[in-house]
Amino acid sequence: MPLLALAASGCAGVQSMTGGAGLGSRQFNTLMLAFLIVTGLAYLFVLLFLGGAFVRRRRENVGNFMRPLLIGWTAFILVGIALLTLLSFLDDRQSALAGTGQPPLKIEITANQWWWQVTYQDPMASRTLITANELHLPVGRPVEITLKASDVIHSFWVPGLAGKQDLIPGRTNHIRLLPRRIGLLRGQCAEFCGMQHAHMALDVIVEPPARFAAWYAAQLRPASRPATALAQAGQAWFLSHQCVTCHSIAGTTAGGRTGPDLTHVASRRTIAAGTLPMNPGSLAGWIANPQGPKPGNHMPTIAMSGAELSAVVAYLGSLE
Amino acid sequence: MECFGPTLRRPLIPVCAALLMLPACQREERGPRTDPAAEASAPADIPALIVRYGGDAWQIGEGQRLFRWMNCTGCHGNGGGGMGPSLMDDEWRYGSSMADIVRTIDWGRPNGMPAFHDKLTGQQMWQLAAYVRSLSGLARKDAVPSRADTLAPSVPLTQVRPLDSPPAEAPPQ
Repeated sequence: MPLLALAASGCAGVQSMTGGAGLGSRQFNTLMLAFLIVTGLAYLFVLLFLGGAFVRRRRENVGNFMRPLLIGWTAFILVGIALLTLLSFLDDRQSALAGTGQPPLKIEITANQWWWQVTYQDPMASRTLITANELHLPVGRPVEITLKASDVIHSFWVPGLAGKQDLIPGRTNHIRLLPRRIGLLRGQCAEFCGMQHAHMALDVIVEPPARFAAWYAAQLRPASRPATALAQAGQAWFLSHQCVTCHSIAGTTAGGRTGPDLTHVASRRTIAAGTLPMNPGSLAGWIANPQGPKPGNHMPTIAMSGAELSAVVAYLGSLE
Repeated sequence: MECFGPTLRRPLIPVCAALLMLPACQREERGPRTDPAAEASAPADIPALIVRYGGDAWQIGEGQRLFRWMNCTGCHGNGGGGMGPSLMDDEWRYGSSMADIVRTIDWGRPNGMPAFHDKLTGQQMWQLAAYVRSLSGLARKDAVPSRADTLAPSVPLTQVRPLDSPPAEAPPQ
């Protein structure tokens, strides 16, 4: 019973498979229901036959009585299997045809230990956008995602939108999504990928096309220049220390590609791939000791004084 | 099967099973990253560091990852050399010991090797040094990671698929 309750917790909330926020999830719902009805009926019939076999008297001649029942049973199996086949065929067809009228949004997602790099692709290089751990999608527009991995095998799973697809180093996988409802969803790495596999979440934000366009335009801009003296000191420290070897901030000399892009880090909901909420306190705690909340991750602890830490936090917090 | 008498044969099975557990005694340590401030305040125990990083598969693997991340490949290739000297041969301009290599990474050397003093923590330098030594066969055989398939660090630009082209299909039969 507790196990059942645990399983049922997957039926609601941002990580729900049955929420129907995407085409894949809706199809899952209909198929699940149809399979449940057909197989449930079959199970019931088997139990009835079994019960009948127990109660009937052994010597009674049951030939005439069993004949129509067996014919009905055979017919049920044929019709049931045909129904399920037809349903899955129709669902496949629907997902193949869905949204073919408009150009799909092309995104490349690269999984790393233990974060997601999200690249919105555009034929125009200046409109290609790199961000991390947050996937914004316009509602109703098909999305074509190219899946890659930089180190080990990961799996891309946003239960509210569709099923899983692995990300494999040296190979390219693809998945198509069609978000149908506005809202916040949560994705999660679904293939054990090392120490911090559990702390590898992806915020998925499905929003109206206009809001998505505004978000996209804001993210394309280079980072704003720090306004306060504290933030300026933080920027100077950031640009003259280890941070730049792994992190990028557009509009500055920081150009590392090993860690998440920080150009608009303060506009995201969380840091460290869904590990901590985005606020000055979490930022300071994370930078002071990244191995505390997420042991084993690849960000080293950098020796810095308290004043330097608060300056860097002020700077990163200003990167909206 | 008559090598051992029945009195000797019976305890042999649990003894063998116990022997099989011995490899677990040398399991590699995978701790979180160390605190560089604490490292700096304590005097470096070089022999202990050599043991800790030099023969540990995980530390060498982390060094291999850093070798790519810190763009060592830009000058040294995947060990074969390029703009910088090869790291696979047995020629060492500034010494082949772990401490020498850490010093090279930390403070740089003449003719182009940059100093990574402000870019890496002490732990990362030791991991890198362990990997660099493994390139020329100086690390323990059972700890070294597999070698990269190519000498060059990345795919030549002429072989890179343009961003917008469709994914390559399998050739028709």
